[in-house]
Amino acid sequence: MTPAYYLFLSAILFTIGVLGFLLRRNAIVVFMCVELMLNSVNLSLVTFARMNGTLDGQIMAFFVMVVAAAEVVVGLAIIVSIFRTRRSASVDDANLLKY
Amino acid sequence: MKPALAYAAADGTFAATWLLLAFPAVGAAILLLGGRRANRWGPVLACLAAGAAFVLGLVLFAAMLGRAGDDRAISQHLFSWIPVNGFQVDAGLLLDPLSMCFVLLVTGVGTLIHIYALGYMAHDPNRRRFFGYLNLFVVAMLLLVLGNNFLALYVGWEGVGLASYLLIGFWSARPSAATAAKKAFIVNRVGDVGLSIAIMLMFATLGTTSYAGVLGGIGALGANSGTVTAIALLLLLGACGKSAQFPLQSWLLDAMEGPTPVSALIHAATMVTAGVYLIARSAPIFNLTSDGRLLVTIVGAVTLAIGAIIGCAYDDIKKVLASSTMSQIGYMFLAVGLGPAAYAIGILHLLTHGFFKATMFLGAGSVMHGMNDTVDMRRYGGLRTVMPITFWTFAMGYLAIIGFPGWAGFFSKDKIIEAAFDKGGTSGWVLGTVALIGAGVTAFYMTRLMIMTFFGERRWDPDAHPHESPAVMTGPMIVLALGSVISGFALTFGGGLQQFLEPVVGRSAEEGIHTISPTVLTLITLLVVAGGAAAAYRQYGTQAVPRTAPQAVSPVTVAARRNLYGDAVNESLLMRPGQYLTRALVFVDGRGVDGVVNGLAAGIGGSSGRLRHAQTGFVRSYALSMFGGAALVLAVLLLGRLG
Repeated sequence: MTPAYYLFLSAILFTIGVLGFLLRRNAIVVFMCVELMLNSVNLSLVTFARMNGTLDGQIMAFFVMVVAAAEVVVGLAIIVSIFRTRRSASVDDANLLKY
Repeated sequence: MKPALAYAAADGTFAATWLLLAFPAVGAAILLLGGRRANRWGPVLACLAAGAAFVLGLVLFAAMLGRAGDDRAISQHLFSWIPVNGFQVDAGLLLDPLSMCFVLLVTGVGTLIHIYALGYMAHDPNRRRFFGYLNLFVVAMLLLVLGNNFLALYVGWEGVGLASYLLIGFWSARPSAATAAKKAFIVNRVGDVGLSIAIMLMFATLGTTSYAGVLGGIGALGANSGTVTAIALLLLLGACGKSAQFPLQSWLLDAMEGPTPVSALIHAATMVTAGVYLIARSAPIFNLTSDGRLLVTIVGAVTLAIGAIIGCAYDDIKKVLASSTMSQIGYMFLAVGLGPAAYAIGILHLLTHGFFKATMFLGAGSVMHGMNDTVDMRRYGGLRTVMPITFWTFAMGYLAIIGFPGWAGFFSKDKIIEAAFDKGGTSGWVLGTVALIGAGVTAFYMTRLMIMTFFGERRWDPDAHPHESPAVMTGPMIVLALGSVISGFALTFGGGLQQFLEPVVGRSAEEGIHTISPTVLTLITLLVVAGGAAAAYRQYGTQAVPRTAPQAVSPVTVAARRNLYGDAVNESLLMRPGQYLTRALVFVDGRGVDGVVNGLAAGIGGSSGRLRHAQTGFVRSYALSMFGGAALVLAVLLLGRLG
């Protein structure tokens, strides 16, 4: 049971999150990928806290969770309202704000 | 010689000195701010304001005569003007015999010309503005002569310059008038710079600008010291600009674009003599520097010659009178440059000139009034019978200026010639001879003017119907003509003006020390004058005057018609190089300075325009660049740690 495994898992989850964020068009899925990245970071924070025997990382993870929860509320609201007006949840369609 | 620098306080009647300024100031304010409501009664109000100042001036004059000679300089403190630590300037008035002369001249002649203008400007739609400016001029001129420090004098100095500018360009719809106004203003600026630097020098060396401090303390700097000479020469530069003396004389001829009452009041009788006042007021400074005095006399002699020569060539009646003014002020400069011996004579000529030149200008205005504003003397002729009053008043001025025995100029101009010879040495002979020949030339051009205007056959334009001017115009002319006749005798009777001015400008030379005996010199002068008049009669009285100026004339005449190339010299020496310099500076500014600034702005603007296209609106491309950026930062951190 080495910490490296947790870190590997965290890296894999983060990479999946990044790729999903970059490649998927559906706003809900993109949003879930963001959550995935946040939680992969949480995993590594907790792992490091365990390795060092301090609580700093764990407290940090709680903070991330709180922020993530707030973000979900706001983000989902935005997605729903965009969907209502444009009848689409594709992030590529919402491209009015540009040069 | 000790100028009275301990001034008496203004009490009793003299407490009202400030009202001299207040009357015309209120008049100017009401006329200029009153709007159309004042159109009907404004001009009369302006006359009343000037008249009230004149009456007050007379009262103060009487009160002044009632005091002892050394007690006649009265200083009135008004308020603390610039109270800065180490630089205290109080606004105050100084009424002494010298400024008294000017107060009476400015308000007296000024009032008469105000009244004359009632008739002359009767049909001008902007009459109210005209009279407002005239009152403004009177205020500024009175401030100039009444201020008790050089800074107040400077304010008045600029004020008369402004009034002169506004009045020369009064008919601003005429391009020539607008240009002439600008020319007068710009040429005056050159002189004003000299005056302002002189005042700064006074403050730098003496720590004060008040007459009491400067004129009383200048002696401590030592005679002929560099600073004193510098101050004197800078004052002379200022005086040259305002009084149209060489080399700043070019503006006065163009200034004749203004209405004729303005030419009479500002550009003949009062403002242009401010330079003489400045030098006489600064007598203690000029007394200390022989170089400065010599230069004043040279300037005077050169200008009197230039003015006299130019006066012979012009056909424009007002320009002949203007060059005559230049020439006569040259005489005054010559006189005040001679030092304590002749200050009073210079002022005497200033006062008599104020009378006879104003008479002749008003006469010229009356002629123009009757001849549809024609100024070309070749279109006049034979006006003697049509305009008898104008003719007779003009003749009084004529006799006064050529120095006919008994008339005003005889007492003042001959005295100047005498004083110039009495200076002694080579310079005395040269200056005296120039002044003497100038008197002959003066007689020539004035006789020419008289004959061409009032005698000979009628060369009028077909539509000209000359008539005598209304009484409101002839009245002032008659009063001034009376002054041209008697002022010389009245002012010299029993040494009158000489003694009156003595506390201010010092004692005149003792009688009895003469290079040439006065009787002989007077006879010579009369002979020269008669010669000049006879020459003019032979040329213009015995032959018909052509209606167009003859072109086949001597080079001297050609040069004189062109203002002795004064304008050409100014243009090629100052104006063109100045223009090139300006253009070069504009080029450097436009291409160099602006080029850098505009280039920088254009570069930033262009690159921003290109960079803007990176903002595509696709969230995923932003995410990619964010990811790329984060990866880059991480890579740099890791590499930095490894390295």
